[in-house]
Amino acid sequence: MPIHDQGYRRYGGQRAPRGRAWTVIAKAGIRTRLGQRAFLALLLLSWLPFLVRAVQLYAAANLPQAAFLAPTPGLFRQFLEQQGIFVFFLTVYGGAGLIAHDRRANALQIYLSKPVTRAEYVFGKLAILMVWLLLVTWVPAILLLVVQIAFAGNVEFFTGNLYLFPAITMFAFLEVITVSTAMLALSSLSNSSRYVGILYAALLFFSEALFGVLRLVAGNTRLSWISVPFDLNQVGDAIFRLPLRYDTPWPLSLAVLVLLVVASGFVLERRVRGIEVIA
Amino acid sequence: MPDTEAVVALVNVSVAYGASVALRDVTARFGAGAVGLLGPNGAGKSTMLKSLLGFVAPTSGRMHVLGLDVATSPLEIRSRVGYMPESDAHIPGMNAVTFVAYCGELAGLPPVDAMQRAHEVLFYVGLGEARYRNVETYSTGMKQRIKLAQALVHDPDLLLLDEPTNGMDPKGRDEMLELVRDLAHNKGVNLILSSHLLPDVEYTCDQVVVMDKGSVAVNGAIASLKQPRGQVFELRVKTRGANVDAFIASLRAAGLDCHATDEDVMRVFVPGADGARRLFAIAAAEQAQVRHLRPSVPTLDDVFASAVGET
Repeated sequence: MPIHDQGYRRYGGQRAPRGRAWTVIAKAGIRTRLGQRAFLALLLLSWLPFLVRAVQLYAAANLPQAAFLAPTPGLFRQFLEQQGIFVFFLTVYGGAGLIAHDRRANALQIYLSKPVTRAEYVFGKLAILMVWLLLVTWVPAILLLVVQIAFAGNVEFFTGNLYLFPAITMFAFLEVITVSTAMLALSSLSNSSRYVGILYAALLFFSEALFGVLRLVAGNTRLSWISVPFDLNQVGDAIFRLPLRYDTPWPLSLAVLVLLVVASGFVLERRVRGIEVIA
Repeated sequence: MPDTEAVVALVNVSVAYGASVALRDVTARFGAGAVGLLGPNGAGKSTMLKSLLGFVAPTSGRMHVLGLDVATSPLEIRSRVGYMPESDAHIPGMNAVTFVAYCGELAGLPPVDAMQRAHEVLFYVGLGEARYRNVETYSTGMKQRIKLAQALVHDPDLLLLDEPTNGMDPKGRDEMLELVRDLAHNKGVNLILSSHLLPDVEYTCDQVVVMDKGSVAVNGAIASLKQPRGQVFELRVKTRGANVDAFIASLRAAGLDCHATDEDVMRVFVPGADGARRLFAIAAAEQAQVRHLRPSVPTLDDVFASAVGET
């Protein structure tokens, strides 16, 4: 018997309690993306609007001639709306391959042969995309609030608009959850991230174009619920207590978003399996 | 009541994919050690393994793995089982050590232990030098080894190996079989080796379950299954008009079991004694010339062929 057997050894250490696999999946996915320069560049670019707004807030607080740039609740609503373009690109870049790549590499068999439930797998993947999207929506928006207080030197604006913090949180999370679940569901439908990205973009743009046509035909904006981005806009305006931009009741827009999340969950439940059965 | 001695026990298990029945009322018991799951393609071997992991729910029956009910404790079973899938499978975008360590963490190992175990098992399976390469650049043989490594990293009590030598060159295949044999006989890891390759099973396993068309055909220790209950001969004949089929039919009519090998030699099983005399008598009756007759020993080939009714 050799003093030290370099062959296979039994493991006598501790094992983590079950239910944490989703954190392992999320951390690994985040670590992988952090190693990609193009993705990091996109993330940095998405913080440029924050810098512009921060300069605006500084100027408004410190330069009398820039008083017209004083912050309003609408500023935060506008900021989140403008971040929508980065949400789109990050979702496509960071989300299209989340499940598609695993399907192509037959990795679901590996995951589900471990003590990992399908729900943990989905939540882990969802967490990866949500982290990036919150990093370009909720985090900079809250930071803007903090920056405004810091530059103004008082909490007058904050206390006068206490609803802003929950409004930012609610809208950012609603947007991120809707978009993430939809992208994850699409990603589970294909082995090609490219195809998923194109499909996602096509669905968004098609729905917007369809609404544009219907608006011309109907002469009003009651059918804005057809387009998910417009549903988000409508609900966002309601959350921020701003005048609604479309004729659609905001509960209807919210219902569409909730339905989309439910439908995405249904698709994920059907597609995330250890084997693919073609009957 | 689960069979406490069996590592895996199936009782009246049926699995169907839509209208296609993959397992038909299967009752089987896999003991400790190395058990071969043998059968031709489409026999239901992979389906059985996937059912044990909970990938597919049976339409009827009960399964127990390591004393746990598959229906009620799938996660606990998977924490103690390592699975090496038949098809190519990996986590994209990772090198070997990251991939195996990741699998260890998914199985519940702390990150530091998972990384340490990853290095150890990668050296064990022969991928030590290539462990920092991206898995997607691996050859077929290396991918087979890494599949074994990810199945071993969390020190499972039971290994399910589905065609472990698939696509490997002869040298790689021998090394893989040595690893499997070492795991089963020296490291105390129970394993079920699913394969259609008889030599693989015969070399590594002590017991075998032979499947055919979704059912268990034969089940038992390889040594006892190979015990002759009569005599076994290699036989080559020259018949009139080169019609060997009629001769084989007459052998079977006389109660002898016969199947052909890849060459033109038949393997004939003669119950009881006086096997050679009986063969000569039948050949004479059929006006066939005996060109080659040699006593042989039963092999797993014979058990398999007899079980699945090959000619």
